[in-house]
Amino acid sequence: MSMPREESLLEVRDLGKYFGRTVGCESVSFDLWPGEVLGVVGESGSGKSTLLKCLSAQTAPDRGIVRYRLRDEDLCDVHALSEARQRMLMRTDWGIVHQNPRDGLRFGISAGANVGERLIAVGARHYGNIRTEVTDWLQRVEMEQSRMDDLPGTFSGGMQQRLQIARNLVTQPRLVFMDEPTSGLDVSVQARLLDLIRTLVGTLRIACIVVTHDLGVVRLLTHRLMVMRGGRVVEQGLTDQVLDDPQHPYTQLLVSSILPV
Amino acid sequence: MSGVASAAGGKTLAGYNFAYLDEQTKRMIRSAILTAVAIPGHQIPFGSREMPLPYGWGTGGIQVTASIIGADDTLKVIDQGADDTTNAVSIRRFFSKTAGVRTTESTREATIIQTRHRIPEAPLAEGQILVYQVPIPEPLRWLEPREVETRKMHALSEYGPMHVQLYEQIATFGRIAATYDYPVMVHGRYLMRPSPIPKFDNPKMDRNPALQLFGAGREKRIYAVPPYTSVKSLDFDDHPFSVESWEHCCGLCGAGASYLDEIVIDDKGGRMFVCSDTDFCTQRQAQGFRGPLNSEAAE
Repeated sequence: MSMPREESLLEVRDLGKYFGRTVGCESVSFDLWPGEVLGVVGESGSGKSTLLKCLSAQTAPDRGIVRYRLRDEDLCDVHALSEARQRMLMRTDWGIVHQNPRDGLRFGISAGANVGERLIAVGARHYGNIRTEVTDWLQRVEMEQSRMDDLPGTFSGGMQQRLQIARNLVTQPRLVFMDEPTSGLDVSVQARLLDLIRTLVGTLRIACIVVTHDLGVVRLLTHRLMVMRGGRVVEQGLTDQVLDDPQHPYTQLLVSSILPV
Repeated sequence: MSGVASAAGGKTLAGYNFAYLDEQTKRMIRSAILTAVAIPGHQIPFGSREMPLPYGWGTGGIQVTASIIGADDTLKVIDQGADDTTNAVSIRRFFSKTAGVRTTESTREATIIQTRHRIPEAPLAEGQILVYQVPIPEPLRWLEPREVETRKMHALSEYGPMHVQLYEQIATFGRIAATYDYPVMVHGRYLMRPSPIPKFDNPKMDRNPALQLFGAGREKRIYAVPPYTSVKSLDFDDHPFSVESWEHCCGLCGAGASYLDEIVIDDKGGRMFVCSDTDFCTQRQAQGFRGPLNSEAAE
């Protein structure tokens, strides 16, 4: 490739997680570059979510290493960081968009406070500034400002998901993990959300790892694709390449089982 | 009342150890207090004992007092600032019976002041000890129900959620609405619940020359603010911490800068504001100060 060499953001080598004799995920290796969107697909139980949890330091892997490039340019072993630094990383440089908004939002506090919480956690102590920034972010995820002080429980599923995105992006992370961000939403809301994610990720140059079982989502959103089965990566490559010319029998099966509309 | 010596005599109730608790228990509590003083604002667990009064009436405070009190101490007990309420009178009598110590209503004369919900108006001095009765010691309790998680938050100084709560109050009411048990940062490190004192008293905790001890009996925690330690109330840069103020002055002594209680005096909407600190009010009246509703002034 003739592109100028850039340093990778995340390096994963030989990652493995076992639950007793059951394989969670095994021998996973890949690099992720800044601004790149990586899709992980596979059927239920193929180890997608386990992989995501290992990558985002929510679970410790049994084998292998996850290295992340901090803002000071150093690659560090994510799982060797102190818990304090891991939690700091999760609040600042990383974002996690959960499948279920209940895991990612706090339902006892208003939408504005949900977004503002991350700003406060990194030291913002000026109410007016927090308020302005929160308003700005709610606008960017196409939410009405009048709903700012309402509880997330009063929002529709799509709004909750957009609120989750605003909450994660407000500290300008460099890496966002998304676990089935659009499942459970109806198709038109899904389309709008995907459009929003694509725009935000593109303009802010955020690297993303999107776990999903929806091949339509990866087609729209991701640059590169990993196909998982039984905890192992069976095929990976550019998204269009993998979807249009699948090599592995399982990928072929997966692609052929998309229902035609 | 056989077996009860007069307070000045220094004799104690027969059949009981000095200050009620046995020596081993007192040593255990003192050890917790020393740890607490060494780590200002940090909650230290201790083996709280059952006391001859119900939880919520000051079992924590009374155990702390019992373990630090000596025969030559002078004890003052206040409840909501008053020396003459049931709780204050009972605890004072408890120690005059079991420890034979001198008791007083004067803030200046006391060496140990056990308090519920107030800090005396008169400034405290070096050598004095203020013992607070604490119902719920954990400042993050209503934000995070898991004890394991709140300890982790303390360990990592993750106090964002507390500010989020203040944010919510400003968003809803236009100002920080908390008025009592107002969260403070101690020595720039630990978030602490000052017990349900009005926020009016928060500034008095900051760099106070007296030692401040906090005992929570039911929750089995002791924490402390050593003398001259910084205690800062949480706020936002553009919504700074402020204390309550009144349009009235004290009806009895005319004080304009003390914490006032509102008292209904008839069934026709009549009410008066008086100092909640009875000792402070009495002293001022003895000095000749009179408020607008003081009958002596009216005559």
